[in-house]
Formats: sequence, C-alpha cells, structure tokens
Amino acid sequence: MHDDVANESRFQERIDSGEKIEPRDWMPERFRHQLIRMISQHAHSEIVGMLPEGNWITRAPSLRRKMALLAKVQDEAGHGLYLYSAAETLGVSREDLIDQLLDGSAKYSSIFNYPTLTWADVGVIGWLVDGAAIVNQTMLAKSSYGPYARANLRICKEENFHKKQGFEIVATLAAGTTEQRSMVQDAVDRWWWPSLMMFGPHDNDSPNTAELMRWGVKRRSNDDLRQHFVNITIPQAKAVGITIPDPELRYNEESGDWEFGAIDWDEFYRVIKGNGPCNAERMKARRSAHDDGRWVREAAAAYASRDTVAAEE
Amino acid sequence: MKTPDTPLWEVFLQNKQGAPHEHAGSVHASDAEMALQNARDVFTRRGHPVSIWVVPAIQVHASNPDDAHSLFDPADDKLYRHPSFYSVPRGVRDV
Repeated sequence: MHDDVANESRFQERIDSGEKIEPRDWMPERFRHQLIRMISQHAHSEIVGMLPEGNWITRAPSLRRKMALLAKVQDEAGHGLYLYSAAETLGVSREDLIDQLLDGSAKYSSIFNYPTLTWADVGVIGWLVDGAAIVNQTMLAKSSYGPYARANLRICKEENFHKKQGFEIVATLAAGTTEQRSMVQDAVDRWWWPSLMMFGPHDNDSPNTAELMRWGVKRRSNDDLRQHFVNITIPQAKAVGITIPDPELRYNEESGDWEFGAIDWDEFYRVIKGNGPCNAERMKARRSAHDDGRWVREAAAAYASRDTVAAEE
Repeated sequence: MKTPDTPLWEVFLQNKQGAPHEHAGSVHASDAEMALQNARDVFTRRGHPVSIWVVPAIQVHASNPDDAHSLFDPADDKLYRHPSFYSVPRGVRDV
C-alpha cells in the first residue's frame, strides 16, 4: 500500500515534468484501464468510420475522386491498426478488443452512426469530421502515454490530406449548379451539430476529463478543443459561401471566439446508447465482415502450423 | 465465439537508404511472410522506405525500466571518457 502511494506520486512527478510513460513503466491500474478504454474506442472509431465513406467508393463522380476516397478509407484502416497496437501495449489482446466491438460492449465515435445520403456527405465528412478529428488527434500526439502519442503523430501526418480532399469537394459543389449548392448545404446542415458533439460532453459533464488532463493523456478540455474547431471552421465556411446552421453563431470581438448555440445533448446520448440512425447497420456490417473473414484467419493459421503438423506425423 | 489469437510482430522500417531501421509499430500475422506483407500495407503507404524487418514480439527482450538508473548511469564523473580531459602541448594540432 505504502509502495503504491510512493509509486503514484513518482508517476505524477514524471508526468508533470513532461516525461512519456512507456509500456513497461509502473502506472496506476486506473491509468491503464482508462487508456485501454480510450485507445480502443479510438481504434474502433477508425474501423467503423470506414463504413459511411466506403458506401460511396463505387459511386464517386470521377476517377480522381475515387482514388482519393479509396486512399482515405485505406488510411482509416491503417489508423485503426496503429491504435489497436498502442492499446495492446497495455496488456490487452487485439482479439479481445475486436470481440468487445462486435458484442457491443465497446463504444466507437457516435458520428459514424449517421448516414451518408449524398455525394456531398463525403466532402463534408472530410472537411468537418476529419477536421474535428485532426484537432483532437493533434492534441493526443502530445499525450503522456508514449505508444498512443506516437500512433497519433503518425495519424496526423497522414490525415491532413483527408480534410483537404473533403474541403475541395465542398468548395467545388459550393461553386456549382443550384442543385449542387443545395446538396452541399444540406449535408452541412446534417453534419454540423454531430461534428461539434464529437468533442464529447461539456467539461462540467465530462466525468473523465479532469483525470485524463491531470495524467497528461489529454492536454486540452473538450470545450476548449470544440471552440478551437469552430474558430478555424467558420472562416472556411464563409470562404465558400456555406451557411452554418446555427442562428446564434456570432463573433466575440473581445475573446476572438465564434460563440455558438446550445448543443442538443439529448440527441448525443440517444445515439451513444445505440438509437442513432445507423447503429444497427454499422454493427451488422462489422459482424458480417468479421464472419466472412473467418476462413481466411483459419487458413492462415493452418498454413503457418504446417511444419509442426508434418513433424508430428 | 471468441476470436483465436494471431501472433504479434514488431515492425522496423528503414525509411531511406543508409538510415538505421527504426521501430514503426506492430502487426498481427500467422507467419513471417504475412507479417512482412501486413507491415508493408500498414506502414509504407507513403514515402520511399527501402527495407522492413519483422520480429516476433515474443522474441524481444527488454530491460526493466526500474533498472534504468543503474544501467544507464551517464557517468558524468568519468571525465576521462571525453577528449576534453586530456591536454596536449601548445601548438600541436589535429590530435
């Protein structure tokens, strides 16, 4: 018991002095537990996040757009794998994490429970959803847990193109025909508020934030990150003539912040609890992909064990 | 049904000609050949890497962080390990 107290204070000193915590270092059990939860949720989000966009790969309007979207979705798969690896350094197995996703006991970002109704959604997801994710991941690249920080750094380096290709689609449609303009505006109307929800509940309602910030896992709070995202996004919307669906949006000269209206947290919790428009569809797609891949895993395992089997016979 | 485990491999990338191999991350694969293919797909989508090593994670033996202080003592008191400790006659160059 005495050791734990001493270890914990030494641990906090290391964090406060900016040191990274590595897998074999002593860490409080709760730190380990919270990181596994957070990193695996992040990994699951990358994997489930392939589904809404993958929906449009076969219907991309040109070869250029199709190549970009394919590359982006392939990156998301890679990002999921970086993050699963980072979670595994904490002593969980990849297979257990995947089973938790498939049996519904693990969460992933609620944003992916919304449908992609038109091609404009692909552009708006790149611009807003990846834009919000980059704000979050740029912070996480400075996280106190070494493997998580390194995974996020790698992700950030690759992800900037995701946002830019999305904004290019948005800008192109916004400069297009009346139909194209209303299509992209409709997509922004549907994605704006869910994008703001991606940063999580307000600081006062976020049970994990204070602890995660004390441990240096997060460096900025949910509200702080959300405000930063709004501040950088509004000028981009204005530049291409997109209207942000928030009548209360106004610039505060004093703080330099774009102040925004109230977020519908009832909707946020409704979707998290599994009642969003696509929760069931996303889980069904993941489960069938996993089931369809079973014969591949079995064949690979059988092939790898062929020498042992031959030696025994 | 529980998904059966697939072995873990550590991946080392040589990012350019002449550079050392550096740890990039890890992949799961049933054998070395698949580990190399997975490492290629996961870690080399951009840039010009020239080589990949994959090593079964179970074969990596690491030092204990608790021993770091004694193992990696900077030996700051051993000034004789540095050239500045030694004196040479004035005017002698390129020693």
